[in-house]
Amino acid sequence: MARIPLRKMKKNQSGTITAVKVGGEMGRRLREMGLVPGTVITVQGRAPLYDPVALRVLGSTLTLRNNEAEFIEIEVADLATDG
Amino acid sequence: MTTTTKIALAGNPNSGKTTLFNHLTGSRQHVGNYPGVTVEKKEGVYNAHGKKVHIIDLPGTYSLTAYSEEEVVARDFLVTEKPQVVINIADAANLERNLYLSCQLFELGIPTVLALNMIDAARDRGITIDAARLEELLGLPVVPIIARSGQGTVELMDRAIAVAREPRTWQPVSISYGDDLDNLLLEMETEIETAAFLTDTYPARWTAIKYIESDQQIIAKGQACNPELAAELTARVAAVADHLQQTMDTYPEAVIADHRYGYIKSILKQGVIRQQFDPARLFASDRIDMVVTNRFLGPLIMVAVLLGLYHLTFTYGKPLQDVLTMVFGWLGAGVDHLLPAGHLKSLLVSGIIAGVGGVLSFVPLIMLMFAGIAVLEDSGYLARVAFMMDRVFRIFGLHGSSVMAYIISGGIAGGCAVPGVMATRTLRSPKERIATLLTAPLMNCGAKLPVLALLTGTFFTQNKAQFLFLLTLLAWVVALLMAKLLRSTVLRGASTPFVMELPPYRLPTFKGLAIHTWEKTWQYIRKAGTVILGISILLWAAMTFPGLPAEREAQFESQRQAIMQTHTADTTQVSQAALGTLTAARNLEALQHSLAGRLGIALEPLSRLAGFDWRTNIALVGGFAAKEVIISTLGTAYSLGETNPESSASLSQALAADPAWNPVTAMAGIVFIMFYAPCLVTVACIIREAGSWKWGLFSMAFNTAAAFALAVAIFQAGNAMGLGG
Repeated sequence: MARIPLRKMKKNQSGTITAVKVGGEMGRRLREMGLVPGTVITVQGRAPLYDPVALRVLGSTLTLRNNEAEFIEIEVADLATDG
Repeated sequence: MTTTTKIALAGNPNSGKTTLFNHLTGSRQHVGNYPGVTVEKKEGVYNAHGKKVHIIDLPGTYSLTAYSEEEVVARDFLVTEKPQVVINIADAANLERNLYLSCQLFELGIPTVLALNMIDAARDRGITIDAARLEELLGLPVVPIIARSGQGTVELMDRAIAVAREPRTWQPVSISYGDDLDNLLLEMETEIETAAFLTDTYPARWTAIKYIESDQQIIAKGQACNPELAAELTARVAAVADHLQQTMDTYPEAVIADHRYGYIKSILKQGVIRQQFDPARLFASDRIDMVVTNRFLGPLIMVAVLLGLYHLTFTYGKPLQDVLTMVFGWLGAGVDHLLPAGHLKSLLVSGIIAGVGGVLSFVPLIMLMFAGIAVLEDSGYLARVAFMMDRVFRIFGLHGSSVMAYIISGGIAGGCAVPGVMATRTLRSPKERIATLLTAPLMNCGAKLPVLALLTGTFFTQNKAQFLFLLTLLAWVVALLMAKLLRSTVLRGASTPFVMELPPYRLPTFKGLAIHTWEKTWQYIRKAGTVILGISILLWAAMTFPGLPAEREAQFESQRQAIMQTHTADTTQVSQAALGTLTAARNLEALQHSLAGRLGIALEPLSRLAGFDWRTNIALVGGFAAKEVIISTLGTAYSLGETNPESSASLSQALAADPAWNPVTAMAGIVFIMFYAPCLVTVACIIREAGSWKWGLFSMAFNTAAAFALAVAIFQAGNAMGLGG
């Protein structure tokens, strides 16, 4: 088990959110979309220029820019999992 | 009190709220704007077994905070208009997230009926929901529906109307936010109750929660209502915020969000949802995405789709536009024939018919373009385009969704800025949206093309096609740089978070498309039509008044009589030509004498810097109305009489022969025409879409100044290098 920022996650890797370290509007936007501690996410893919990233969250697909993904800390099972 | 039942629809974007609204109200709907904001207000009437029920479609939101206009509008509507009941539409396949908004409705206490939409799509994904169990746990009616087919909607409405008829007060639900915040909330609630602080509008606990969430709107209202108590509440929240920061490294608003989700999870866990498959399982939509947003195939498919849309619109829209142009041409000719010469005729033909006809002839293009965008939007593809393009557009302070507006406006030479500006509605972030709608008109729209083609054809005959392509690239570069400039100055500010949903692909319904397209088209006809009518008349007056002095008119008339007298059957051609020359000379002098003409002449000392003489100036002034006017006005200014924009060979010769024009002047002219003030229809749309006159005026002043600076730079540099020949 390791905690890494969402930004560092690879394609098809899954994990559980442990913290969303941002307040203000961005924090609010992330939380209202279900990105709160305890939520399981899977990285579904990235845009052709590697940014933004598409996530599977609570049965829907969300997109985030990398600089926004930076604030989300994820507990992943195994760092070696590769997409 | 009247007994009209008022029902509001609330729900997340993509939850099928609009589909339900369309299904319930059909064509009995009305679209307006909420006062002071650009958010659309949709109202309609539902026929409940012969009784009329008033339905309001609130803007789609994920939450009820004060961060976006949509959210403020939605919650202000709920607390001030107090609809008897809210129908909360939730996507059944994504219930947990959709219930986040529901939680906030429960906390407000407004009577709510929950509609579980797309219950069929959820079933296909292996999700079954026990609606009866959820109803029991939440203590409010829960009705599964399929809005597309209308299944369950009659039951939904019957139950909603039943709730609306119950005379009852709002009953806010209390959600626990953990020890720290619960204690704070309890204390604040008592103080708020005792002081009757905002309690005529909001429940006390709700106000307290908003203070903890540092909600700007409520804090401002509190400050106005009771500054002392407001300061105390703020101080209490700050103390607890400090405590939370030190002990748990978190924010009060984060604690609130976490507990709301906790509350939702605790309900759903009690046997409400059965999930048959692994949640990470890939569905059809995900498999489409693997191809459509693939690193290599994605961009190729995107270019193909956008080119296809564009092609379709202009292949089918252009002939229709030409037909309308022709009809207005006939109408003009008819009036021309019927009325005696004079100002009334001139006003009707050159002012009103030409002006309003110019606007209405765009309608087919706009309809097709909107139909195309509606297909892309309703199917879910537009969100993918934004996803793929965001990285590039962000460099310039824009958003992935900006690409659509650029392309429609003429990003692939030949669009139109009017639907382009209107397409910025798909952008949810205000600053990026304004930057996009201000820069989209810099693209080479269909009306600029004939002018650009004329100048290119006259002065850059070598590589005409390549040259026009270069001009398209130039438009993109300038538009993006201007956007960057705006976003670093007048529209400065951090980019709005890109947190966006990629909804599952869905087949758009015909009804949805038809309503969508007609609604936008009608708005265009109505709003732009009225503004343009006024402005066309003004412009006509500027080019007509003051008229030539009576003695000059008399001189022209006597010359005309002289030609007529010498006219014999043998000399028909000669006298026809002489009459033509005379009329052209008269029109030229009248134009010079008019307000627009005088303006053109007065501007000459300044415009000389960019190489434009007074004739060009008049044409450019006319181009404010519509870029199509540039060629016909230049024609008048070069005494050519009537100049048809499509066959401007004689104008081309006149320009080539005029020593004032050379490749450097032409280049300066091209650049100026590409980038100066948008046409008036576009300005009217900018004002409407940006919600303020300020931005319309800004776009005229800013674009003209920037274009002039560029044109002067080109003219001066070109001449310095000796390219002016």
